[in-house]
Amino acid sequence: MQREGSPFRGVGTVALKEAADHMTSARMHLIMLLVLLTAIGAVYGAIGRIRDTTAADPYLFLKLFTVAQEPLPSFAAFLGFLLPLVAIALGFDAVNGEYSRRTMSRLLAQPIYRDAVLFGKFAGGLLVIAIALLTLWLLMIGLGILFLGLPPSLDEIVRALIWLAATLAYAGVWLALAIALSAVIRSPATSALAALSVWLILAMFWSMITPLAAGLVAPINPLDPASVLHRFEWQQGIGRLSPQTLYGEISGILLDPAARSVGPLFMWQMQGAVLGAPLPTLQSVTIVWPQICGLIAALLVLFTVAYVSFQRQEVRA
Amino acid sequence: MSKPVIEAKGLTKRYGKVTAVADVDFTVDAGEVVGLLGPNGAGKTTTILMLLGLTEPSAGSVRILGKDPLRQPLEIKKVVGYLPDALGFYDSMTARENLAYSARLSGLPLGMSAERIETALRQVRLLDAADRRVATYSRGMRQRLGIAELLMRDCRIAILDEPTSGLDPQSTQELLELIQDLSRGGMTILLSSHMLDVVQSVCHRIALFNRGQIGFLGTVEELANRLGSGTVVIDVEAESIDLQTLAGSLAGVTKVFSSAPAHWQVEAKYDVRPELARVVVQAGGELRNLDLRRARLDEAYNRYFKEVANAA
Repeated sequence: MQREGSPFRGVGTVALKEAADHMTSARMHLIMLLVLLTAIGAVYGAIGRIRDTTAADPYLFLKLFTVAQEPLPSFAAFLGFLLPLVAIALGFDAVNGEYSRRTMSRLLAQPIYRDAVLFGKFAGGLLVIAIALLTLWLLMIGLGILFLGLPPSLDEIVRALIWLAATLAYAGVWLALAIALSAVIRSPATSALAALSVWLILAMFWSMITPLAAGLVAPINPLDPASVLHRFEWQQGIGRLSPQTLYGEISGILLDPAARSVGPLFMWQMQGAVLGAPLPTLQSVTIVWPQICGLIAALLVLFTVAYVSFQRQEVRA
Repeated sequence: MSKPVIEAKGLTKRYGKVTAVADVDFTVDAGEVVGLLGPNGAGKTTTILMLLGLTEPSAGSVRILGKDPLRQPLEIKKVVGYLPDALGFYDSMTARENLAYSARLSGLPLGMSAERIETALRQVRLLDAADRRVATYSRGMRQRLGIAELLMRDCRIAILDEPTSGLDPQSTQELLELIQDLSRGGMTILLSSHMLDVVQSVCHRIALFNRGQIGFLGTVEELANRLGSGTVVIDVEAESIDLQTLAGSLAGVTKVFSSAPAHWQVEAKYDVRPELARVVVQAGGELRNLDLRRARLDEAYNRYFKEVANAA
């Protein structure tokens, strides 16, 4: 049965309302304060180290994002860890919050489709994350110019922008996960807990689980050197089920022009290569293209789960 | 006669094995106020949701202004305003912001909406509180804000779910007056309630819902005739007798119960006052009062649901 009218009617209105809600909500203020403080700390540490160690690096600016000074991790690692928290804070009660505030039936009685509600919620959340990320990114560049005393090159800006887009996709995965859980689970508190558990497992424990799991699937045979490689590949494959691993690989390649591979590299593959020479930007993007596609695919799958579950829900709770 | 505005045919909704609404037929004509009445869980809200296309019927069909809510929901929702039981305004936003949000969702031009919101809020006398957050509103004010939304959107049909529940008598009266104003303005109104005496003054017709079916559909007078006829209540005041045993065996008497010491209420199929007087006097009692009154409509209504429950 074909329904009439556009499913996108009202998406913009819902998205702007959601974005305005997020911008003024206390939870967003708190979490952005946390992110801002850690980010400034990370960059401040990085600047100190860059000043001490690096004399002449053509990609000095990108080091701002990747260099870490103990005990603080790098800015990129920070985002990989904290961005999911931001996305979960924005999305954990997207659908079930409307039910618990008992606003759902009136919202759906407006001349819009349910699609518009879900699209709008996702777009609104992503818009807020995008604004926050862009602000942070500009802040980092500004601090870099101020403290390092030199402007970034065009190549660095392009790489940093692509990395910014990939970061947004990474945040989108977590936002889609949070919204999907909010559609499947009826209580906002439970869906928040569920999303946080997934985040803890994938961000904290996944790197501990993968060697164990890989060891079970592909045990090392001491007489067969190929089995070591075999096991490593399994470990990497399992590790990549976590978006955090994918995002880490993307950051590593995009922000370090000298990096050539995310996997094992053999001597014969390095023949003729000048060690430490930077790759063209497009080549770096090609290396992590599968990871970027993986993130977008995960986002789409999770959003589809949210969509299907929300479309089938009864309005009265 | 003009085409009906709302037309439901064989409307049925099943949740698993439970049938919430079973084979409901009714029509609403333009400008009518129709009350859906029945106890909680009788299927009123489910019927309303199916009319709006918010819930898919298991069987049957709905036409609103000749359109199908499943195929053309946007067209229908543009002209139909729905006030759910819980109203569903955002607590964190002011009344004006809430209305502006619905105005944008319903596609009102931006330039027009501010003015319309102003007018609508004035009509429901909420202009003074327009910039307060809805969280601070009383239930009556929220209901009026809901009415303001209908006015702002200039709906042709309004569907109100339990608009009077939880309101004090004065707010109820105010709300009913607003509903009457809407009706005079040409709006077709469908409202649900579980209190007949509250809404009977505004409804042209009522539909009694019970266990997912419409047991009666017609005007209030028709209901009174059907339920009230053949039932009279007689107040008896007499001393030094027990009317319970005396009158219980009289022909035509259906029920006798004591309402206070030396006071009884006798329900009968017709006027049995001469017979009652005789038995009281014959038993040597002192008859003080014998008063006939017709069953009130809400009593009749309560009795209707008791009868249906007993029959089931």
